[in-house]
Amino acid sequence: MKVTFPQMGTMEIAVKTLLEELGLEVIPPPKITQKTLDLGVKHSPEFACLPLKINIGNYIEALENGADTIIMGGGVGPCRFGYYGEVERKILEDLGYDFKMIIVEPIQNDWWGFYKKLKLLLTNISWFNLKQAWQRAWAKGTAVDNLAKTVNQIRAYAQDRKLAQEMYEQALTEIDAAKRIIEIEKLEQSYQTELKQLPQRQNFSPLKVGIVGEIYVVLEPAVNFAIEKKLGERGIVVDRSLTLTQWVKEHLYLGHFKDETKHEEIKEAARPYLQHMVGGHGLETIGETFLYAQDNYDGVIHLSPFTCMPEIIAKSILPRVSQDLDLPVLSITVDEHTGEAGVITRLEAFIDLLKRNHQKGEVI
Amino acid sequence: MKKGFLGIDVGSVSTNIVVLGTDNKLIKKLYLRTNGQPIDAIQNGLKKIEENLEVEIMGVGTTGSARELAGVIVGADVVKNEITAHAVAGSHLVPGVKTILEIGGQDSKIIILRDGIVVDFAMNTVCAAGTGSFLDQQASRLELAIEKFGELALESDNPVRIAGRCSVFAESDMIHKQQLGHSLEDIIAGLSQALVRNYLNNVGQGKEILEPIIFQGGVAANQGIKAAFEGELDTEVIVPKYYNVMGAFGSALLAKEAVQENDESNFNGFNVSDFDYTASSFECQQCPNHCEIINIHQEGKLVARWGFKCSKGENNQVQSSGK
Repeated sequence: MKVTFPQMGTMEIAVKTLLEELGLEVIPPPKITQKTLDLGVKHSPEFACLPLKINIGNYIEALENGADTIIMGGGVGPCRFGYYGEVERKILEDLGYDFKMIIVEPIQNDWWGFYKKLKLLLTNISWFNLKQAWQRAWAKGTAVDNLAKTVNQIRAYAQDRKLAQEMYEQALTEIDAAKRIIEIEKLEQSYQTELKQLPQRQNFSPLKVGIVGEIYVVLEPAVNFAIEKKLGERGIVVDRSLTLTQWVKEHLYLGHFKDETKHEEIKEAARPYLQHMVGGHGLETIGETFLYAQDNYDGVIHLSPFTCMPEIIAKSILPRVSQDLDLPVLSITVDEHTGEAGVITRLEAFIDLLKRNHQKGEVI
Repeated sequence: MKKGFLGIDVGSVSTNIVVLGTDNKLIKKLYLRTNGQPIDAIQNGLKKIEENLEVEIMGVGTTGSARELAGVIVGADVVKNEITAHAVAGSHLVPGVKTILEIGGQDSKIIILRDGIVVDFAMNTVCAAGTGSFLDQQASRLELAIEKFGELALESDNPVRIAGRCSVFAESDMIHKQQLGHSLEDIIAGLSQALVRNYLNNVGQGKEILEPIIFQGGVAANQGIKAAFEGELDTEVIVPKYYNVMGAFGSALLAKEAVQENDESNFNGFNVSDFDYTASSFECQQCPNHCEIINIHQEGKLVARWGFKCSKGENNQVQSSGK
């Protein structure tokens, strides 16, 4: 059995470790490229959102490389994602591929079901092995998320912004290759130090921008035009509201391991505008925007895939949030267009707007 | 000799050049069709604007979708996106303006200003319905001069309802109505209203549109669209005097600002129109992204290149063969 899974940002690093530690042979899809997109667009329903199309492209490329089992997440909310696994299975079957698809449903109330799904993958697995595999994967996921946070903070200050990015990418490669937890932790520490010791610009007070929106397009640089890097290279300090490990803490952990403090805070922040979940990350988009305003961020960029229902709801509420809090918000809809010029025009204009706002604030 | 600043806006449909005096007054302006050949348009434009021009150029700015290309050719002091350039020009020509409606060839945008500062903006993303190119297309289908389009709309007594959400459906709707026997004036007036509805629902969604409102960009020449905006917003809409060269105007103002900071201009001079510029492109084969790379040559020498997703191109690690 050769397993594969969809690409989403740096998720591959942790997921590959988890599966390999469980004794599986893993064939991750190649990095997302134009070819992935072309394959996905060709074989997916036109009205589906971009994540589904990229998933399809990922699977086809992985199956062509010899994978025979696909692991995909399920879902129960109003977002269409919950049904994507099934739709994707049908599409690939129609294309004539021979494979097995394992759709992991949310496990909040059903650890046992999750365990049984794992049994499908692994004939003989002990809780001990599972725990050990999880810990290693978790160490990688955490290290990668922490470094992403640091590089987003540091990049703007660095004299050589491109060097900061290269360092971060090098760290990802090395963490990906690391085996033991201690090794992973050491790597993270040394790269944290190196990043923070990069020569910095003096007397520089950069603008701060938060990124909110639908998780897939927020986490995957190949579809969001590498927005964190673009902003950083233009001298903006960036914070991304979503990370994979935070998401897992809220959605996959049980009992007293479950960490909902952040989520409660977000729900509370969104309450004046939206009182219940609308699927996907609609509620989080509103809440996080509110929190960024409280933390004195200069602006927020809202990313969503074209036709995404939860984010359409959020987008129609955002102008009010923006006005009440005097916080500029730029919504960017991501679809299959690959021309970067349009996005760069909007980003530059948004940065100009924030700069003039900033200057106005200083005068007063 | 008088001193002045040059602003160049190279858009999808038109290339506009403006010369401003040091007093920010317009000395000369030019509106040319880009015709899909931005390099030729820039060179022709420079040649035309130079004729009988008694001005020493102190600085030059470029904007529009080909701003990078134009910037390389002329040696720009500032290369700025068109949203900022339009806002700068709008608030200079109509002080206190609070809303700018701008419809160009391929894009439409709304800019919200308060106290002369841009506080919000939006630009069409996935749909070009209602932009200048669509109007151009319809005018040529009806064998009308685009200049007549707006006038004709004003003559309508009874505009018909046209679906404005998608240009493809708008067109088929127009054809249905025309085959039923509605008059041309009524159909064109209906189309103008549909485009305005689409613009306000799409680009203008959630924006606080306050007076004074200005309407600029090539489409602002269209009296029918202006009237439809006034009808829909129930207020006066101002079309500024230089409505079709606002991007270039703003760009010249920005050039003046930039030169004050830098002291010296990078302007390559008007003789760039005599150089031979060529663009070549190739598909990089180093990874499956297959980036489309553009090389700009001046007299055969590579002067600029873009289109890479990674940093290989900037370091010139990739040869044109893609190997």
